[in-house]
Amino acid sequence: MPTATKTVAVTGNQAVAEALRQINPDVVPAYPITPSTDIVQRFSEFVNNGEVDTEMILVESEHSAMSAAIGASAAGGRVATATSSQGMALMWEMLFIASGYRLPIFMALVNRALSAPLNIHGDHSDGMGMRDSGWIQLWSENAQEAYDNMVMAPRIAEHMDVRLPIIVCLDGFIISHSIESMKYLPDEEVKKFVGEFAQLNPLLDTDNPKSIGALVLPDYYMEHKRAQHEAMLKVKKVVQDVSAEFAKLSGRKYEIFETYRLEDAEVVLVSLNSAAGTIKDEIDRYRDKGIKAGLLKPRLFRPFPYEEVGAALKNAKAVCVMDRADSFGGYGPMFMEIASALYPHKGPVLFNKIYGLGGRDLMPLDVDQVIDETVEVAKTGKVKMVKEYITVRN
Amino acid sequence: MGELMEIRWHGRGGQGTVTAAKVLADACLSGGRHVQAFPEYGPERAGAPLRAYNRISQNPLRMHCPVVNPMVVAVVDASLLDAIDVADGATDDAVFVINTSKDPKDIRAKLKAKPSQKVYTVDASKIAIETIGRPLPNSTMLGAVNKATGIVSMEVLLADVQGSFGKKFAQKIIDGNLAAVKRGYEEVQLG
Repeated sequence: MPTATKTVAVTGNQAVAEALRQINPDVVPAYPITPSTDIVQRFSEFVNNGEVDTEMILVESEHSAMSAAIGASAAGGRVATATSSQGMALMWEMLFIASGYRLPIFMALVNRALSAPLNIHGDHSDGMGMRDSGWIQLWSENAQEAYDNMVMAPRIAEHMDVRLPIIVCLDGFIISHSIESMKYLPDEEVKKFVGEFAQLNPLLDTDNPKSIGALVLPDYYMEHKRAQHEAMLKVKKVVQDVSAEFAKLSGRKYEIFETYRLEDAEVVLVSLNSAAGTIKDEIDRYRDKGIKAGLLKPRLFRPFPYEEVGAALKNAKAVCVMDRADSFGGYGPMFMEIASALYPHKGPVLFNKIYGLGGRDLMPLDVDQVIDETVEVAKTGKVKMVKEYITVRN
Repeated sequence: MGELMEIRWHGRGGQGTVTAAKVLADACLSGGRHVQAFPEYGPERAGAPLRAYNRISQNPLRMHCPVVNPMVVAVVDASLLDAIDVADGATDDAVFVINTSKDPKDIRAKLKAKPSQKVYTVDASKIAIETIGRPLPNSTMLGAVNKATGIVSMEVLLADVQGSFGKKFAQKIIDGNLAAVKRGYEEVQLG
């Protein structure tokens, strides 16, 4: 029986802050940045009001925030933080150290465009930019998913088969600053679900001194990286198990990716995060007109579940991959993953749309244009342009 | 009223328009409804025109984009009527609620409202000065919008307005705002 929950109308940032309060981390080092500021601000109120036991460390930059997170986690603490955009970019050097040390830090990434030009609004450039840093990535469509993913994050990161840092992504402003109705779990249930954390070789265990961050030359560096790769391979199963346990608690089921009316779909859109909601509504309209449209929405993006995604998409006739980030000179970052997932199959015709950069809205009519084109591609088997910007001035 | 109600608020920075949309969303949670409230983020400075939106529905809300065809248009600052087309995209049976001292018939003509659209007016700035002591029209507008739409019971709305102030405000300010909501509800006129 799912436990009794409370329905609230809150912003995405509020929901994430609430999850962090319920998890009650030992240490939160943070340097606030728009649009994630509100998470840190609210959490600092929880600290001030004694609602959590957390030691909050206010630092002078995001590089220092991640450095402090690494130190605190290596010392033995359960550690969380939050950032966006330029903050994530400034953390970059330290992200690899967190994953290389196998520290299960969890972080909210409120997705925002990168400068220049300066822009504070939502796109996925920051999340895609750190995609190869060895962190697990969960992406969230709305406030509910962001909250749920954050509650699950420590369990995934701290699992003994994994012990890797994890990031929970949600769209800046579109989700972080919008109020939506959602359900909170009771404090006690979250506390029980996340359980206690015990660091494997804590530095504060001074009876057993050890060193972290030693120089590793060509003799052993590659074994370390191989071990990280092996740990990543085990993440999928852990995410599935933790999500199944979470479903029992909450009544909300999460897979490693979500499929929407995909079973018999001939034309398929692939999209992350908030745009997926708008796309679902339009898919319903096209289904009413007799067009077999469907959606695949990745949730676990690192590690990417290539085999499962390939199997889910292989029977479609045409797939349009919607990227809210670009890899300049390459295809969109998600397109590259979907193409990789489909390479063993005689699969659908694939093409790529770049949309929504710097917070540009994706309206239902924009989605309709993409579905119309995908229908056309399914019919003719021909793609005019593999990668194209949409909702953009000529 | 259909399953989905979409509201567009027009105001200027500093008038509490975004707060009004938030309070309305909270109040509309009653009866198991799903809600959204979100502003359009522009320059974020006092006096700059801004929009905020509400969606209220019996069904889960998945759409994550601005409202383009509002069923309700609430204009918190009448000077915007000369600056932007607040009627843009409004549905044929849309309801307009305008903060102005002018007669609803004049405003109807100014908006070029269709016969199937309803135009309400309320002098929310004057009511705000009389109840709160400052020209902050958002609470009065909430009452007026609620009269025009009947979207939630006044008991629930008043409780949520009270709740939105938390513990940070003096009782006098909270009482003033509650009076403003009630007067907005009572004094709004249909043109």
